[in-house]
Amino acid sequence: MSQFAINILFVGGSFLLYIGIAIWAKAGSTKDFYVAGGGVHPVTNGMAIGADWMSAASFISMAGLIAAGGYANSSFLMGWTGGYVLLAMLLAPYLRKFGKFTVPEFIGDRFYSKNARLVAVICLIVASVTYVIGQMAGAGVAFSRFLEVDATLGLIIAAIVVFVYAVLGGMKGITYTQVAQYCVLITAYTIPAVFISLQLTGNPLPPLGLFSTHIDSGMPILDKLNQVITDLGFNEYTADIDNKLNMVLFTLSLMIGTAGLPHVIIRFFTVPKVADARWSAGWALVFIALLYLTAPAVASMARLNLMTTIYPDGTAAEPIEYDARPAWIRDWEVTGLIQFSDKNEDGRIQLYNDTAEFEPQAQARGWEGNELVVNRDILVLANPEIANLPGWVIGLIAAGGLAAALSTAAGLLLAISSAVSHDLIKGSINPAISEKGELLAARISMAVAIVVATYLGANPPGFAAQVVALAFGIAAASLFPALMMGIFSKRVNNTGAIAGMLSGLTFTLVYIFVYKGWLFIPGTANLPDTPENWVLGISPLSIGAVGAVVNFAVAFVVSNVTEEPPVEIQELVESVRYPRGAGQAQDH
Amino acid sequence: MAGHSYDAEKYWKANLRLIFGSLIIWALVSYGFAILLRPLLAGIPIGGTDLGFWFAQQGSILTFIALIFHYAWRMNKIDEKFGVHEE
Repeated sequence: MSQFAINILFVGGSFLLYIGIAIWAKAGSTKDFYVAGGGVHPVTNGMAIGADWMSAASFISMAGLIAAGGYANSSFLMGWTGGYVLLAMLLAPYLRKFGKFTVPEFIGDRFYSKNARLVAVICLIVASVTYVIGQMAGAGVAFSRFLEVDATLGLIIAAIVVFVYAVLGGMKGITYTQVAQYCVLITAYTIPAVFISLQLTGNPLPPLGLFSTHIDSGMPILDKLNQVITDLGFNEYTADIDNKLNMVLFTLSLMIGTAGLPHVIIRFFTVPKVADARWSAGWALVFIALLYLTAPAVASMARLNLMTTIYPDGTAAEPIEYDARPAWIRDWEVTGLIQFSDKNEDGRIQLYNDTAEFEPQAQARGWEGNELVVNRDILVLANPEIANLPGWVIGLIAAGGLAAALSTAAGLLLAISSAVSHDLIKGSINPAISEKGELLAARISMAVAIVVATYLGANPPGFAAQVVALAFGIAAASLFPALMMGIFSKRVNNTGAIAGMLSGLTFTLVYIFVYKGWLFIPGTANLPDTPENWVLGISPLSIGAVGAVVNFAVAFVVSNVTEEPPVEIQELVESVRYPRGAGQAQDH
Repeated sequence: MAGHSYDAEKYWKANLRLIFGSLIIWALVSYGFAILLRPLLAGIPIGGTDLGFWFAQQGSILTFIALIFHYAWRMNKIDEKFGVHEE
């Protein structure tokens, strides 16, 4: 069977499964649609959160980022998991007790203000739409590579599949589809990692393999990797970094952003009890950790494999000839994600870090510049091929990458559609809308969101990485502090919360735009985006944490000079703190 | 809740204490051991690198899981003790 047929079999088979589940779990009421009827078991819910959370960024990009940055990029690992501790203790149980459908609804009720709800809706839509674009674009890339179709056609297939199960099933369909998608994506991620860990270290568990001995050299694998890459002028993989303040703030921004992203928060509204919301967060992190503990092993082993592929006889010998390159390099060259240019015209692939410090060594060897540019996003997808694994593993990776992208896209689309139909239409424009009408509005807004996301996915605005930073910055600087203060303070009032959200948001946006360009329009940046120009060395990607502090501070000061919230609001805060009675609350 | 406001306050204080303790550990393993205190742990070798690297790439994630399950377990006990649990 050809590789193409195997890929079709895995991807097509998994899609049939998702659509079958969606038809089985069709939503009948708004409650089914928004919160899956409020009856999902914590372990099931944890698995669904895992699929919801682990996007194309986690599945496809994260290991590549860690492979490139080594220790310095550990922020992604800690940041995207540590947020669940905040969720479990500071948000999820109380929002579950509150017992409504959406995040803006809580903010609107707690701060007794339609304007607060509107600000929350805007933050939610901006954060979610930017995220969806990335997912759809990721799905397009995976399709075009594995199904050998045009990227636009791949994107349209992906959009149709998401449309069927998200629009028909709502949260109920999405929850059970996501459970299936979690199983597909975690199998796809771990199987190649197990094979590679066995090949390199003899240890079948990749997280242990990372700290084991490399069979070929007899050295610890991280030592071996450090040695190989420093020979070629790269920084040591495990090296410590100087700018610790930035690393701390970046990690904190990712954690707070994770806890503030609405598509994850609404997941905790689907369990029957407050206690289940706590357990759900724990189970979610267990399922997420299976991938996040494997990723650093994949990162270091794939990087070592790449280097030994190019330098089969060691870094002191000459690299391989271009004509003798393995098939996977040839395949990825077609997509443009691997590029080769024979700068010194010796027919060999010189892969190294061409910095000024390494220049004398490179000259001595007759090298005239790095000749191979490898896009770091292909690392996970190409990983099985780099390690010469059988064809079915490659088919599995294709299905897994798509599962990761599509499950996150569906969760985000649901968060967007509920904000539009529930918070905008029912909450502001037409409060008298019937349940049927609301359900129809939810489905229409989801369909519109899919069309917009597909269009933007096909024509990405070209600033994907900045946009992700923006999504996290917004969630961290606006939604998280408002939610937390709504639960932990009785004193913060409507004026304080709105002032806090707007100042946190503005502060974060301005700092990002100063370095990245206003509204990301090229050429409008006021300062070059380099570490020398950052205030106190804080990168625009890390500013969300500072924005959150600004939000808290402004909200407290403004609340303290304005009047106390009314008694019934203080009673509302009191009631979300105690679990008893959550059952009644969900039937509002 | 009106008739039990004293107990309610004690319940909330117990929750806050538990959260505070958990978040200290949360910050210690990630911002402490993995980042700021890494140089202090450099002397403890582990598979080709040091303990700080392990905390950055694995240890903090494992600690986070333990923290959440511990919190869920303790809080459910506290809910029962104060009679605010759900049937």
